[in-house]
Amino acid sequence: MKPEELKYAKTHEWVHVDGSKEHSDEADATATVGISAFAVEALTDLVFLELPRVGQQVQPGESLGEVESVKAVSDIYSPVAGEVLEVNQELPESLEWLGEDPYGRGWIARVRLAKDASLEHLMDHAAYSKMCAEEEH
Amino acid sequence: MTSTLTQTPLHAWHTARGAKMAEFGGWSMPIQYGSIVGEHRATRTGAGIFDISHMGRFIFRGSAAGDFLDRLLSRPVADLEEGRVRYALMTNHEGGTVDDVLVTHLRNAEGPFFLVVVNAGNADKVLRWLDERQQAFDLTDADLIREDVTHQQSMLAVQGPRSAEVLTTVCGTDFSAMTYYTATHATVDTSPAIVSRTGYTGEDGWELIVPAEVAESLWQKLLESCEQVGGTCVGLAARDTLRLEAAMPLYGHELSEEISPLQAGLEFAVKLEGREFVGRDALVQLATREHLPRRIGLVGHGRRAPRDGYQICSGGRLIGHVSSGTHSPTLDRPIAMGYVEPEFATVGTAVSIDMRGREEAAEVVALPFYKRLVT
Repeated sequence: MKPEELKYAKTHEWVHVDGSKEHSDEADATATVGISAFAVEALTDLVFLELPRVGQQVQPGESLGEVESVKAVSDIYSPVAGEVLEVNQELPESLEWLGEDPYGRGWIARVRLAKDASLEHLMDHAAYSKMCAEEEH
Repeated sequence: MTSTLTQTPLHAWHTARGAKMAEFGGWSMPIQYGSIVGEHRATRTGAGIFDISHMGRFIFRGSAAGDFLDRLLSRPVADLEEGRVRYALMTNHEGGTVDDVLVTHLRNAEGPFFLVVVNAGNADKVLRWLDERQQAFDLTDADLIREDVTHQQSMLAVQGPRSAEVLTTVCGTDFSAMTYYTATHATVDTSPAIVSRTGYTGEDGWELIVPAEVAESLWQKLLESCEQVGGTCVGLAARDTLRLEAAMPLYGHELSEEISPLQAGLEFAVKLEGREFVGRDALVQLATREHLPRRIGLVGHGRRAPRDGYQICSGGRLIGHVSSGTHSPTLDRPIAMGYVEPEFATVGTAVSIDMRGREEAAEVVALPFYKRLVT
């Protein structure tokens, strides 16, 4: 996935809405979620990842697992509302994927979007990049 | 916020290098330049250089200097031969720890002096404590001259199995004949310096005190020499994982005003017999109390790292707390130090740690986690 085509949360998760519809009433609208390259770079030295549970219902801002580095542990927050459909089972044993390919092999979960799921609070790539640049200073 | 923090003479260099900077003890310090694990391993296998200019440095002179320090420290220092360094605890009236310090006895043109290196975050508190004690002991400024030299100097550490080579290359002097915990005046890169064979990493190494104005040029030369042996500059994050593996206490974690050196397992640095110092009588009492929590080492069986404040449990009962924890780069396992009730302090005891709501198994192990091979 191209980072330019993704939506981002303030807490550095990315979302890709699978399929063309961004707002859908269809039950099968899904999104893929991961953490951004900026977040991975900021964490450095990852040692542990806890995936969410399949079937787990999440609201935006609720925990979608956690990622731990040598320095500290951080929550991964769900950027969307929905139900966890699938998780990247191999990722906890292949944490290097988060650094090498955060928008591809480093995906964390697929979420079936809730009917009323909104993406309005999320940023596009330009806005997110600007926020990251500001955070660095 | 950052503008109120004190900066080391290398601050601009760290920033230009792209280091992650953060507050530590009131100073803006480099936390990491890149990977913490990379910096850690470079120090264990080659050499690492550290900016530790934030450490507080006080000079004591005068006829009462040695006696004054002896009345404040857990072991005597007045008897230190010139050129020797000693670790000691400054204790409060209750036997808790005001700070842990390194005392060096040296002499220069103005005569003999004691250099006391304190933790950055405790420097102001220690100064107030020293003022109070000096008044209470009725010592005049004629008997005791104290000078805070922290801000006119820079303090750099070179640590690791190849630190001797790094230093020799830069200084043109071979310091490897110095024994551990000794110090000397020397010329380093044409500047006057105090060089000591000390450190906070569990590796062989040296700490250098130089005038602030030469810090950057010396640092640059040390780094070039360091890189020749596969080393690098190292931030405070790796300094923390290095000292944790070596089981060296960090004030605010393993030591505090409420924790005595005895609980911390620092008996080697406490001499109670035949002397008087602030906290001595309290320590004699504390030594008889067997139920006090004790410092232990823990190795986790999972992947999560225990962190400061996490609860340690046994059979569903709270038995203590983690004081420092991390993922050990050397062991590639979670390690921690903490305080537990003494009956759980035996090596091999199985405990659990509450890792953010989840119990994970851990085992009490002997400290340190890492000990370098002395060849």
